[in-house]
Amino acid sequence: MKILPSEITPYKNYLNRRKFIKSSVATGLALGASTGLHANHSSDQSVYANQLDENDKLNSFEEITTYNNFYEFGMGKTDPSENSGDFKPKPWSISLEGLINNPQVLDLEKLLQQVTVEDRIYRLRCVEAWSMVIPWQGFPLSELIKIADPLSSAKFIQFVTVFRPEEMPGQKRQLLPWPYVEGLRMDEAMHSLTILSTGLYGHDLLNQSGAPLRLVVPWKYGFKSIKSISSIRFVDKQPDATWSMLAPSEYGFYSNVNNLVDHPRWSQNTERRIGEFKRRETLMYNGYEEEVSYLYEGMDLRKYY
Amino acid sequence: MITTQSFKKTKPLIFLSILLPSIFWSYQFINGSLGVNPIEKYMDNMGEMALRLIVLTLFISSLSEFKKFRFLIDVRRMIGLFAFFYVSCHFLTYIALDHFFDVTFIIKDILKRPFITFGFVSFICLIPLVITSPKKMLKKLGFKVWKKIHYLIYPAAILSSIHFYMLVRANKVEPAIYIFLILILLLYRLYFKIILPQLVR
Repeated sequence: MKILPSEITPYKNYLNRRKFIKSSVATGLALGASTGLHANHSSDQSVYANQLDENDKLNSFEEITTYNNFYEFGMGKTDPSENSGDFKPKPWSISLEGLINNPQVLDLEKLLQQVTVEDRIYRLRCVEAWSMVIPWQGFPLSELIKIADPLSSAKFIQFVTVFRPEEMPGQKRQLLPWPYVEGLRMDEAMHSLTILSTGLYGHDLLNQSGAPLRLVVPWKYGFKSIKSISSIRFVDKQPDATWSMLAPSEYGFYSNVNNLVDHPRWSQNTERRIGEFKRRETLMYNGYEEEVSYLYEGMDLRKYY
Repeated sequence: MITTQSFKKTKPLIFLSILLPSIFWSYQFINGSLGVNPIEKYMDNMGEMALRLIVLTLFISSLSEFKKFRFLIDVRRMIGLFAFFYVSCHFLTYIALDHFFDVTFIIKDILKRPFITFGFVSFICLIPLVITSPKKMLKKLGFKVWKKIHYLIYPAAILSSIHFYMLVRANKVEPAIYIFLILILLLYRLYFKIILPQLVR
């Protein structure tokens, strides 16, 4: 049997499964109530209580879906919820490309039959120094990577947002170089915290949240969690990422939440949790240090920010 | 033709219409209808209003050179004071709501982050203008000195528009328009007030 380097999970990872034991319990609940896309927990917070960290409280569905950065629909925080009505997330397919054994265009509905949709409650920390706690539904990115079956030469993954200027008014203007792209190193992509989300609060993702499929990488700044993904490319070199291309001194490729690396515009020491008055201390790796710090051992985080 | 006399009657109306947004936003803030991050929204609204009013005073200065628009000069001081009012609201929101009087953090933030430094210096530039705004002060200082002090509006305007420019993450068209307008108005003043008189001489 051939074992890919990307499939080898460090032993340390197995020791840090605190949240996964919790989340697998919730997975059972999610499966019970869902056919993949149509879980429905509405806003019933009790369903998620066992996954919530002590100091966190879920943000409301309204907060999560009316305060968004999704420049494809405009630059204002309420633009995505106001201007995304014409976007059609169904039907949807994802193209798997590059250094893989199974390049293909995958129908999303079919993909969802092959993966396990779970509940994952994550903090989301935006580089603009605000944060939320969001109950996502999604499946580990690693499951899709296994379907793609990468060659051992694939070291990074690039994600591309769909380009549909007719449905995404922001793409008609040069707000950013379109399409939006993001990337992860293979071991980050394989990490069990990294998910592709299809819903939140038991609803299908709304257009403003990146319907029908978006990345969620909770230990990185929000802009890494690319929305409305249309293709996934397996590559051997560090790929381009939109913000990092645009302002490399401000946004690095890694963009891990790190209060030690300052940003010229926002202090990364504190954050405003949406719905709270006083700022909170920002936690290293957004509070997921225990789970992810081994990925960056020996790296100079000031250089690889 | 509008005369200064007839224009004076509209002054209360102008006063109210400039004051109203601040009351409206404060009401929304308390009412909870300013979105899910009301502190940010409140601060942004106040700041942008201040910048608009600053640009408006510059427009008035230039327009009132023409006889037809002479009457406008009568509201310039009021609008200028309102600009300071909105800048103060903006800055106070930053101090009290955004950072909850964390003075050491705020001082560091001002020193460290250029866009905040620019905004802060712009605010400081406006203070002498406010102090010397009463007619009494104009008499006391004499027109020449008073005028020199009031040229501070230009650095204040430029710094605050750059403050806005640096704050915007992408597509900086809107802040660039402010910078452009301010520079045009500044060049216009420079030409007609300083360069042209010297050429004539």
